[in-house]
Amino acid sequence: MKNYVIIGNGAAAVGAIEGIRSVDKDGGITVVSEEKHHVYSRPLISYLLEGKTDETKMLYRPADFYEKNGAEVLFGEKAVKIDPEAKKVTLESGKELCYDSLCIATGSSPFVPPIEGLETVKNRRSFMTLDDAEALESALTPEYSVLIIGAGLIGLKCAEGILNRCKKITVCDLAPRVLSSILDSDCAAIMQAHLEKLGIEFLLDDTAVKFEENRAVMKSGKVVDFDFLVTAVGVRANSSLIKDCGGEVDRGIVVDERMATSIKDIFAAGDCSETTDITSGIKKVMAIMPLAYIGGHCAGVNMAGGEETLCNALPMNSIGFAGLHCMSAGSYEGELYEEKTEGGVKRLYTENNLLKGFMIIGDIDRAGIYTALIRNKTPLDSLNFELLKKSPSLAPFGREYRVEKLGGEV
Amino acid sequence: MKRVYVNEKWCLGCHLCEYNCAFANSGESDMAKALRKKAIRPNIRIEEDGDINFAVSCRHCKDPICVKSCITGALSIEDGAVKVDHDKCVGCLTCVLVCPYGCIREGESGAVQKCELCLNNSCGEPACVKGCPNRAIVFEER
Repeated sequence: MKNYVIIGNGAAAVGAIEGIRSVDKDGGITVVSEEKHHVYSRPLISYLLEGKTDETKMLYRPADFYEKNGAEVLFGEKAVKIDPEAKKVTLESGKELCYDSLCIATGSSPFVPPIEGLETVKNRRSFMTLDDAEALESALTPEYSVLIIGAGLIGLKCAEGILNRCKKITVCDLAPRVLSSILDSDCAAIMQAHLEKLGIEFLLDDTAVKFEENRAVMKSGKVVDFDFLVTAVGVRANSSLIKDCGGEVDRGIVVDERMATSIKDIFAAGDCSETTDITSGIKKVMAIMPLAYIGGHCAGVNMAGGEETLCNALPMNSIGFAGLHCMSAGSYEGELYEEKTEGGVKRLYTENNLLKGFMIIGDIDRAGIYTALIRNKTPLDSLNFELLKKSPSLAPFGREYRVEKLGGEV
Repeated sequence: MKRVYVNEKWCLGCHLCEYNCAFANSGESDMAKALRKKAIRPNIRIEEDGDINFAVSCRHCKDPICVKSCITGALSIEDGAVKVDHDKCVGCLTCVLVCPYGCIREGESGAVQKCELCLNNSCGEPACVKGCPNRAIVFEER
């Protein structure tokens, strides 16, 4: 009987457990979970603050998930060292775990920028975990002004989550626009205007350079007083376990298409690892939850001796703020097709007969048809792209495709 | 398992399947009461281009990317059918972003909506199939 160890307890770990069990029903699975919580969906912490979910509903898998999958979870334990020769993991508590196959699913940690005087700010938190959300929930009062550093996905979701829990929210970012990792300036401007209507204030192209307790001095010279500070400037892959034992690490743990690291019998998946973006050909950390699960599943299958590869990954995001949805996928390279819609926009990028990426704000209905074109690298001349770019549907694909997809098992 | 299959050669483009779907999932017992003066949001939709009409609803894929991509765990597979837990879903629409057939849509409650083969409503069998006047939609094993 094989012994599987998984370090981490998020979406990638769940993928690994389900991947292992799709091949091997009997092997022992041990999960090392630093957080003392049953696996929950981290992106839901803002919805928790908003009151749109609760701690039970936000469980990523049912309460009996570990038991049903024969996995033992060591809650509150942290892995500190891997010995690849002895195939052994050492925990902070001193406990040792032997493995036949190991998966690193350690995720990422918030990067806290080194800003002068940051240590003088008492009311300060990142926004990443359930504990962070609970800390915010108990700290905030309706009189509070909150400063959020970072206008990315995490910072803005935090802002939306606490909108009704405080008096004022200011979001600053060194970038000149909001959501700079997924939107260009025109699209970002639409989202920013929408967020401003909700009452969120922005200081863009500007960031805090100095803190004096409850006061931030900005690069522009402006002064912002606040009662609570949220740092959301970005995340870093938790890759040190592999680096420390001689494995190949770049911005994240380097893995092949089977999610195997450079060290024998050690796999990695999720935010701690790097995957090739098929739209750019570049290996990078794509910290998105669907990919964490899919990569974890792939790792799990291979750990158990099965065959699975992950070779169609692409960056993508679906995010909404108070009813206005925004979707993005792939790379923004090549020829642009743009369509302005009521209160929104659609931008498709094509290159060499392929759809490479898109940004849509507003009417996101059936956007997955575009995503699939990118993922499958469907040649655009094999369908009626003139029709498809105006409105995603299956009509432009031709009868043969529809007979296959709508008339048979897929 | 039995799934809903569509033969576009027989589709009249009458849209009856859309109305039957909306009614079956309305929770109402009277069709007129359920649909009158309302913009329907069915889980099966007729797509058209010139002379072509065909109905599209969830394919209940064997390896559904929507389930793998769901960030909340609200989408799951039960006896082969892809189901949505409306209580868990927060409407992030990641499933809409990945479904290759455009078969999951934003619902009115904040959660997404999709075809569940009428297994969870009073119809008991796919209403779109039952009401199709030309047998362009069938529910069978293939």
